[in-house]
Order: sequence, then structure tokens, then C-alpha cells
Amino acid sequence: MTAVATNTGAPVRAKRVLPGFTLSLGTTLLYMTFIVLIPVIALILKGAEIGPARFWAIVSSPRAVAAFQITLTAAVIATVFNALYGLLMAWVLVRYEFPGKRVLDALMDVPFALPTAVAGLSLTALFSANGWFGPVLAALGVEVVYTIWGIALAMAFTSVPFVVRTVQPVLEDMDPALEQAAVTLGARPWTIFTRVVFPAILPAWLAGCTTAFARSLGEFGAIVFIAGNLPFRTEIAALLAYIRLEEFDYNGAAAIALVLLAFALVLLLISNLLQFWASRYREAGR
Amino acid sequence: MSITVSGLTKRFGQTDVLRGIELGVEQGELVALLGPSGSGKTTLLKIIAGLEWPDAGQLDVNGQDWLRLAAQERRIGFVFQNYALFPHMTVRDNLAFGLTVRPRAERPGRAVIAAKVDELLHFLQIVDLADRYPTQLSGGQRQRVALGRALAIEPNVLLLDEPFGALDAAIRRDLRRWLRGVHEATGSTTIFVTHDQEEAFELADRVVVMGAGRIEQIGHADAIHDHPASPFVARFMGATVELPVTLHAGRADGSGLDLSALERRALPDGPARLFVRPQDIAPRPDPAAPWRIASRTSNGAQLRLVLRHPDLGEAEADVPRRASAAEALTPDAAVRLTIEAGTIFPTDRRPGAASAEPVPLTSHKETAR
Repeated sequence: MTAVATNTGAPVRAKRVLPGFTLSLGTTLLYMTFIVLIPVIALILKGAEIGPARFWAIVSSPRAVAAFQITLTAAVIATVFNALYGLLMAWVLVRYEFPGKRVLDALMDVPFALPTAVAGLSLTALFSANGWFGPVLAALGVEVVYTIWGIALAMAFTSVPFVVRTVQPVLEDMDPALEQAAVTLGARPWTIFTRVVFPAILPAWLAGCTTAFARSLGEFGAIVFIAGNLPFRTEIAALLAYIRLEEFDYNGAAAIALVLLAFALVLLLISNLLQFWASRYREAGR
Repeated sequence: MSITVSGLTKRFGQTDVLRGIELGVEQGELVALLGPSGSGKTTLLKIIAGLEWPDAGQLDVNGQDWLRLAAQERRIGFVFQNYALFPHMTVRDNLAFGLTVRPRAERPGRAVIAAKVDELLHFLQIVDLADRYPTQLSGGQRQRVALGRALAIEPNVLLLDEPFGALDAAIRRDLRRWLRGVHEATGSTTIFVTHDQEEAFELADRVVVMGAGRIEQIGHADAIHDHPASPFVARFMGATVELPVTLHAGRADGSGLDLSALERRALPDGPARLFVRPQDIAPRPDPAAPWRIASRTSNGAQLRLVLRHPDLGEAEADVPRRASAAEALTPDAAVRLTIEAGTIFPTDRRPGAASAEPVPLTSHKETAR
């Protein structure tokens, strides 16, 4: 009624249907700035303080290079393991009904919930020379504690839920008619998996694997107990940064941390590109 | 391929989904399985496809026992209700799927597959969609691709589950005609499931009406419409008004009813039930009659009258609004009901018998959506 009366020609302003946009967006942005953005910027500034030559000297020092190598190698091993095992685990949890399934499903969250130091301690206790697994493995000539395998083990333990928990919902949501269609068209189980099921879960799987990898690169608490932390042999980058910090070498710590940050960002970028590629058919045409 | 189904039963938990299905389908025939949801029609279709397994019974196709064959070995074309196209494959790859997954020894060469796919694209009139992904297609286009994917393997039998269920009315009509054409061109034995009578009768050579896990009637449109074999079919076909009558020497008589238009029926004397469609009831003003018009609503073309009888409850009648007699049909008028067509079934005294079960009412209006 008032709309008829006003004839000022003022443009109509659409009201948002959902209230609270300004408040909620403002809060999120503020939080992101304080918790994520400012620390990252501070880190970059701290690293930049020392100039490129000094920065390069720090990160290319033999001890730092060794630490990066160890961290990357162990993270790759852990991620390959988790990629396969996590996929299998998600498959089992979604596709089969068996007694204790809920318990198994809940157990999957233990690495998330457990303090990483506790994980590190228990893994060390199990795999050390007088633990449960240590002597058996030693008899087979495999050493875990104080080697890169120990590091990879700790990384795998703490990051496997990332793969399981990203693949699981996608697998659950898959339309069973897709597989039935493949069956009626004559496809055998393995073909159905490789050509119908796997492409559908590929984006989620890639996302899970990269997050697991990024998490492995940054893992600290679980590793320091089992790794032995010998410079050049089992010292990870995060620990080296920590050691530099304890020596009040803030710039050295920041330089190493910055490299880790760069790794993480590149990973995120690759992950997003891969996911975009793997799900190209979804957004197409919308 | 001729299909013979006998004694098929299937139970999900406590529910009998199929209770002894006997059905024969001839080579090249187009058969509709028609029934309300929960009648077991989709389960029957999936058993023929090998996607479900019966608890007992036989399924022979051209004399071969199909219950010994896995779904992959039956070579059937199955079109799913929601199409189930592979979302990460283009239309071309979807069509080729059934050919490319064959074991190496039987698999046609790449060029042969490509030629076959091209031929299908032309046949389905979707050449310009070849390189699109399913998300880029409309419902009708997806339906065509789904059918093409099923036809690509040159199936023995074509099975379609509610093929037009998710489409709007205009596209349905087009696709229905088109599917009929496809069926005639390929000559394949085809069975489709639907809950839409119009669809079933327009498209199929024969219609199999199913209710609560049983086949209630098999026949052509007119026969099922005029001579329903059971109260279930009568109700399902729209005869939703049920009136008690008394039979005497094959003639029915009921309170305030003029039943002279009905044929004589060879039924025993005694109480019986009459099933009538609302449009087959013609109320005529008659001051002495027991029926009263309780309400009158119009949808433009038709008047829907709710009629009340002091002892028998309510009945509904549809009369053309512009008919000359319609003016006198005002609320509270006393009327006598002339029944123009209807079916009489003897009153079933057995409690829990099939005909006494509640049946979901389905009419043209509801199913046409």
C-alpha cells in the first residue's frame, strides 16, 4: 500500500531473506584475520626481516635440507599408505554390515581425538626394543623406532582419518542405481569399481590425501617421541624450527617455518586443481 | 525373447512383496506392469533383470533358466527411474559403456564401437549432445541417453522402471510416442513399470495390473476399464464409489438406485457390492428418493456432487456443469441415482481377504501430476 503511495522513483532494495548477513560475515572475517591471516603475515615478515641471502643460507644449510628431505619422504610414505588404507577403510565402513561396525567407525576418530603426544608415546612403547611389536620386527630385520619408518608411522597414525572421513560420505551418497546400471550393462565388479565407483569418489579421495599429506608435514607431537631426533637422520623440519626457537634464533625458526608454509600452500593449490579437474563434469553447464 | 514367470515369491523382512506371480510375455511384445506403489511391480522387474532374487519360483527366457544367470550374463537393457547415467562420462562414453566393458575376446574394436555409438546418437536424435555430461542435459534428454545406453548392447529384453516418472506432462507424451516408435523399430521384448494408467494403456500391447504382490488382471485397456476382474482393479481404475446392492436372478437392486442400465450378471442371489466411477453416476431429481445432495463444487467443466444417504453414507458423482439437468442439482435436493456403468462383485465375507484390503485410491487426476 505504501509502495503505491511513494512515487519517488527510488530504486527498490531487495531485502535479504536470511537475516544476520553483515554480523555473521563480519565475525568470520575478524576471526580469520586474527587466527589465520595475521600469524601468517607475521611469519612472512619475520622471515623477510633477514633478507634473501641470509634466508637462503638458513634454509639451504645441510641440517635444514636434511630435515626437509626427511619430513617430505616420511610424509610421502605415510600418505601413500593412508591413501590405500583409508580408501579400503572407508569402503568397508560404507559397503558392509558387520557386528562392531559402529565401534570401528568410532575408533576411526581416535587419532583425531587423541593428544598427539599420547599417540607418540604409545607408538614408541609398542615399537621399541622391549615393546610388543619391536622384538618381532627386529627379528625380521626391520627397525622402526629412531628411523624414518617411525616418523612415517606416526604421521600415518595421525592423518589417516582425513582420508576416511572425506571419502566415506561421498561413497555413502553414491546412487546404488549407478552400479546396478553397470551390472546390467555387463560390467564385472572390478570394472565397476575402476570405471564407475572410483571416478565418483576421486575428488574426495584426492582432497583427503592432500589434507593428510599437509597434516603429516606439520605433525610434531607424535613424531618427536618415536623419531629419536638425530640431526641429519631423524630430525623433522618442525622440530628443527622448534630447536632454533629454543636457541632464541627467531629468524632461523621463521625461515624454516616459512618453507613448511610454502609447501602447505603449494599442496593446497595442487589439491584444489586436482579436485577441480576430477569433478569438472559436475559444475559443467550450470 | 519370450519370458515365462511362474510361482515367483519374494519377501522383504515381514512383507510379502510378491505372492506367486504367473506371467508370460511373448517375443516382441510391449507389456506394462501397472499398479500403485508397493504393489511389487518394480521388484518383479528387478528380478527379471537379475538385480533382485526371488525366494521361490521360476524365470525362463526362451527356455533358459535365468535364475542361474548373473545379471551380467542376461544381456538386458535396464532403464532406471532416475536414469542412473554415469555422471563423469560424456553422453558418448555413457552409450559406449556396455560395449567397452565386455571381456577382451568379445569386445568390438574401437572403430566398431564408435560407429555403433554414432548410429545410436542419430537414432535417438541426440547427435549434438554427444560430448555433454549428464548434468548438462534436460530430463527428457537424459531419458533418451539412458535408453540409448541400454539399447547399445542389443539387449534380449528391454526393461524400464517408471520411464517417464520424473518428466513433466508434455515431454511425457512426446517420449511415450517416441518409445513406441523405438520399440517398433527394434522389435525387442519390452516390459515397463508405471503407476500411470494413461501411460500404460496408451503405450502397451497388454497391461498387467498388480496389487499387493499379486497380478490382479491382464488385458487390454477396454477390457480392464469395463470389466475389472476384482474390486481392487475396479477401485484402481477409478471406480471409487462402492454401494451395497442386492442381487436377484442376476439383476441388482439398491436403495434409491436405478440399475436398469447394468448387464445381468451370473452371480448368486444375495448381497453384493457395486463399484462405480463418479462420472458414471447420474443423479435425477426425485422427491421420493432417499439420496440428498450434500454439497456441490465446480472445477469449471464438471460439477462434483457429494450425495448422502441416511443409511449408506456418502457417494460422489461427477456431472457435466453445462448439462441441462445440472441446474436442478442444488444442495439439499432429493435425487435418485441412475448408474450408467459399474461392476458388481459378491460381498466377500472372508475377513482379511484380498478384496477387503484397503486400497490406495488412484485416479487420472492424481497420476497425471
